[in-house]
Amino acid sequence: MKKLSPRLAFVNQSECVACGSCMDVCPRGAVSVWRGSFAVVDEGLCVGCGQCAKECPASVIEIRPRLSRTAAEEKIA
Amino acid sequence: MSKHWYHYLWIWSVIYFALGFFNILFAWLGMISFCLPLVIAIFGGSKAFCNRYCDRGQLLRALGSQAGLSRRRDIPVWMRSKFFRYGFLIFFLAMFAQMLYATYLVYAGVTTLGEFVTLFWSVRVPWEWAYPVKVAPWAAQFAFGLYSLMLTSAILGIITMLFFKPRSWCVYCPMGTMTQLICRAKSPDTYPEQKI
Ligand code: SF4
Ligand code: SF4
Ligand code: SF4
Repeated sequence: MKKLSPRLAFVNQSECVACGSCMDVCPRGAVSVWRGSFAVVDEGLCVGCGQCAKECPASVIEIRPRLSRTAAEEKIA
Repeated sequence: MSKHWYHYLWIWSVIYFALGFFNILFAWLGMISFCLPLVIAIFGGSKAFCNRYCDRGQLLRALGSQAGLSRRRDIPVWMRSKFFRYGFLIFFLAMFAQMLYATYLVYAGVTTLGEFVTLFWSVRVPWEWAYPVKVAPWAAQFAFGLYSLMLTSAILGIITMLFFKPRSWCVYCPMGTMTQLICRAKSPDTYPEQKI
């Protein structure tokens, strides 16, 4: 399996205004606006660079460790 | 940041305001900026207009991100609250309705054409030089009204671009809020939320 970045962008979807600024700056094409409603991050593509968070006018993107998720998932699995 | 052709759409903003400076009747072209995003949202169910093709968004991106004029602070929490966003939308729609009413009054002959641009819904700026070709007074009144609305919102957008993130206007832009509401209504929240 491909090695994933330790960090990942997280969008607070209920406060996202769907402007698409994040999508515009993402160097990996990892974020898109889903049906004009909110931004969605492709967790497999995101490298956690933080470009999107820097650009988001609503400041609703956070860069968080990916680890907590995989650990939680492993626990379930 | 890769470059796309639509990154140059800010040129449309410049052309629009320049044309309206010399002949206010060109302000009617602003209806494109009102109708196109709604058509795309209603029939396409997307915010493709905001995401790519909006000249206003591209203008703020060019000035704030590319030219680096933005201080990039976080927008105050109240400004991105639903209360403010929906409140501003309602206010904006009310101002739009008032503009239509003013147009009607001129059409009905109750008032005469006011050859000025009104900034921030209160400050009258003389603009009579921009009306060289006479048309039906109501059509000119609408043009002055629409240009006022466009210029006011552009100035607001540029001010918040300077202090906050480049496209902070897009947080409370009435067209953006309205198209997002339409898109959300059209697509039930079925996308799995990202949980970390
Ligand atoms: S953190 Fe970087 S790679 Fe991930 S979505 Fe944001 S801009 Fe794209
Ligand atoms: S930049 Fe921020 S507000 Fe705009 S679509 Fe992306 S996450 Fe949403
Ligand atoms: S939110 Fe408004 S200014 Fe921003 S891209 Fe959409 S329509 Fe244009």
